[in-house]
Amino acid sequence: MKLGGGILIALGVIAAGVLVADLRVNPYLYFAGYVILQYVVIATAWNILGGYAGYVNFGTPAFFALGAYTAVFLIQWARAPLYVLIIAGGLVSALLGLGIGYLTLRLRGVFFSIATLALSIVLQTFVINWDYVGGSKGVTVIRPSAPLFGSHVKFLFAVMVCLAVLAVTAAWLIERSWVGRGLSALRDNEEAAECMGVPTLRLKLFATTISGFLLGVAGAPFPYYVTYVEPSSAFNLDYAINALAMPMIGGTTTWIGPVIGAVLLGTAQQVATVTISSELNLLIVGVVLVAFVVLAPEGLVGLARRLRGR
Amino acid sequence: MFSWDLLANAVVAGILVGGFYAAVSLGVSLTFGLLDVVNIAQPAFVIVGSYAAFVMNSTYGVDPILTGILMTPLFYLLGAIVYRVYYASFERRGEETNRGLVFFFGVLFIVEVSLSLKFGVDYRLVEAPYIGKSIDIAGVGIAFRLLVPCVVGLLMTLALYLFLSRTFFGRAIMAVSQDRLALRLMGANPVRVKTIAFGIGIAAASLAGALLVTIAPVVPSTDRDYIGRVFAITVLGGMGSIGGTLAAAMMLGVAESLMATFFGPSWSLAVSFGILLLALAVRPAGLFGR
Amino acid sequence: MASALLEVDGLVKRFGGFTALNRVSLSVKPGERFGLIGPNGSGKTTLINCVSGSLAADGGRIRFEGHDITTLAPHRRTRLGIVRSFQIPKPFTSMTVLENLDIPLEYATHGRAHAASADEEAKEILRAIGLEPKAHLRPAGLTQIEMRKLELARAMAARPKLLISDEAMAGLSSTEVDDILAILFRLNEQGITIIMIEHIMRAVMEFSQRIAVLVAGRKIADGDPKAVVRDPEVVRAYLGE
Repeated sequence: MKLGGGILIALGVIAAGVLVADLRVNPYLYFAGYVILQYVVIATAWNILGGYAGYVNFGTPAFFALGAYTAVFLIQWARAPLYVLIIAGGLVSALLGLGIGYLTLRLRGVFFSIATLALSIVLQTFVINWDYVGGSKGVTVIRPSAPLFGSHVKFLFAVMVCLAVLAVTAAWLIERSWVGRGLSALRDNEEAAECMGVPTLRLKLFATTISGFLLGVAGAPFPYYVTYVEPSSAFNLDYAINALAMPMIGGTTTWIGPVIGAVLLGTAQQVATVTISSELNLLIVGVVLVAFVVLAPEGLVGLARRLRGR
Repeated sequence: MFSWDLLANAVVAGILVGGFYAAVSLGVSLTFGLLDVVNIAQPAFVIVGSYAAFVMNSTYGVDPILTGILMTPLFYLLGAIVYRVYYASFERRGEETNRGLVFFFGVLFIVEVSLSLKFGVDYRLVEAPYIGKSIDIAGVGIAFRLLVPCVVGLLMTLALYLFLSRTFFGRAIMAVSQDRLALRLMGANPVRVKTIAFGIGIAAASLAGALLVTIAPVVPSTDRDYIGRVFAITVLGGMGSIGGTLAAAMMLGVAESLMATFFGPSWSLAVSFGILLLALAVRPAGLFGR
Repeated sequence: MASALLEVDGLVKRFGGFTALNRVSLSVKPGERFGLIGPNGSGKTTLINCVSGSLAADGGRIRFEGHDITTLAPHRRTRLGIVRSFQIPKPFTSMTVLENLDIPLEYATHGRAHAASADEEAKEILRAIGLEPKAHLRPAGLTQIEMRKLELARAMAARPKLLISDEAMAGLSSTEVDDILAILFRLNEQGITIIMIEHIMRAVMEFSQRIAVLVAGRKIADGDPKAVVRDPEVVRAYLGE
């Protein structure tokens, strides 16, 4: 915990420094930093359901894109300010999580996972057919004039820093609360947990809702970040595989695993996009994921614990 | 914009496609429905079958379905290997559910992206003498490129049904699905039986993929269209009932066809997803559950 | 009948075409030591699963302390005081032995126990059952009998009024059986009603004030242990051979 807290503070200081310094920093770093922080939120959100509760969500693109398209809708309809977009995006995705959860969580976990697997395609179909948000052609979104930070990208970067802190704090609070312990119990053995008084359905629905909320929150600033939103980028496979790989690589039992995974894998991918094709990049992530799941399922955090002799 | 002609054509097309859907779902019915191995990578293997048929067809002019049949031993082997890795990494340690799921998702992903790297994102199709021809019965057009895969799909379903009910290993598979202890008493090794079953499931993918590319051109991401369909069919059909799989496949085919004819083709995926959710909510054991 | 703690009334459970429980009725009095025996596959564990709520019955009613609990969720039944242990132990593998007990202490007692004293109470239970030295180990590091004891300790932490022990002694040595038996006797002395499912007849006879026999989903005998054991139908279906 102390090490984790220290790392977090360090990252926070770095981020703050970058913001404040503002002098000769390559603007590209803000773009890259945004993506990495976005993955911190996504990985953390995924892990609340996947790592803490043990329910695997394959449909991360659906939740992320729903947040993004809720934002697009509100921008087109009402020119809503960013904080409204974020809250709305979070709430809509939370509702999606609750809905899918309510329909499938009374069954075995695999059915929830299968439903999320099919979810992204279906949602993408809906969006493609909805011209108000651009349909398959996509839509251009104009950034409002840049407040505070001089450039809108820096502003979005700062927003994402806050969202990352929010997500990680939420995970940390859940993990050390009685909710977190209940989730661990139901992950270890759901039937035993239920028979020991744990209200498993309620906890599962809570986890899906919070996870959905944070994923939607991660997607809400996306339209302003890319300025041109179209379904194939919002529903990108990237999100599906990374949301799994980052927590798996970092470690799924604690809040710091997804953060480590997101920073490591995210940075690696940002470096790699310059040198290799995006498809090769995805392939490598897939292979790394399978390697970890087969050989080191406890992730780097688990390996570190074993080395320390716990 | 309704006409009886349109309706009849839609229903017939749906039934034909349903026969094909059954072929695609057999593998999952076998591995997931009966043996509880959540092989979500099945559609990816089907697409590999499609590309294999494409390559043989475009390079040597081999009939796609012939390729599908010839490739079955290779795919069987592939299936056996994949299952052994799965078993050694997860099932033996008792952690099958989640890590196994992620494993198969990883496989699905790797296969799709590899195909993308190798073949690009252009649509690929095959040519055969019967594609493009059709016959007309009482005002209803029956395209051969739908009819032939449907017939092959029906034959595959029948073959699997006979295998499971008449042969030793087939009955062993049914026994494993119900009681591992009974299987040991029968003198068969459950791991070996599951390996065979998995191999058959992937081998079926080879042929199903060939059928797929006969019906319509493919791209690497086509596998995603079938995830919802395959599981909707498997759940609706009763999780392992072969007859149920066929019936559910036909129902889905008709439902999609009607949706496409009267509301537009892009909604057909929503149909399978809706049916999946409905089936899960109402009767997880399916219509013909055991 | 009004004084019964648990009343099972005409319980039916089917799996597809197979009827696992065929209108089973029984009642257990508060503070009673009740034994449930029968051949493998006769429906004993299915009955327990229905009583605890893990399975939904297809017919009949279940009443606890006079209230109908037939459709109540399992975790609510636990909070009412119905606690079962599992035939094949199901510990929470990522937690220590102590943390395993914290779960029912927090959730099953639901406010009856104060969070700060939970650890103390957990240690008490572990001490009583002989597992205190292992409090900080993971379940993976426990022996067979220690796992069984953990199952019972966890059930105890849920503060049961009715404890259902499902074959806790299977495969144990004679001294280990005595060990578990002593624990169960002690719990009963504290006022906990206990239903014991076992195949080890010596333990059942020693422990039970009343025995019911389940064969092929039907109850064929219910009453004084010595009488039940001499019942010709029971001998034919289960004891004899």
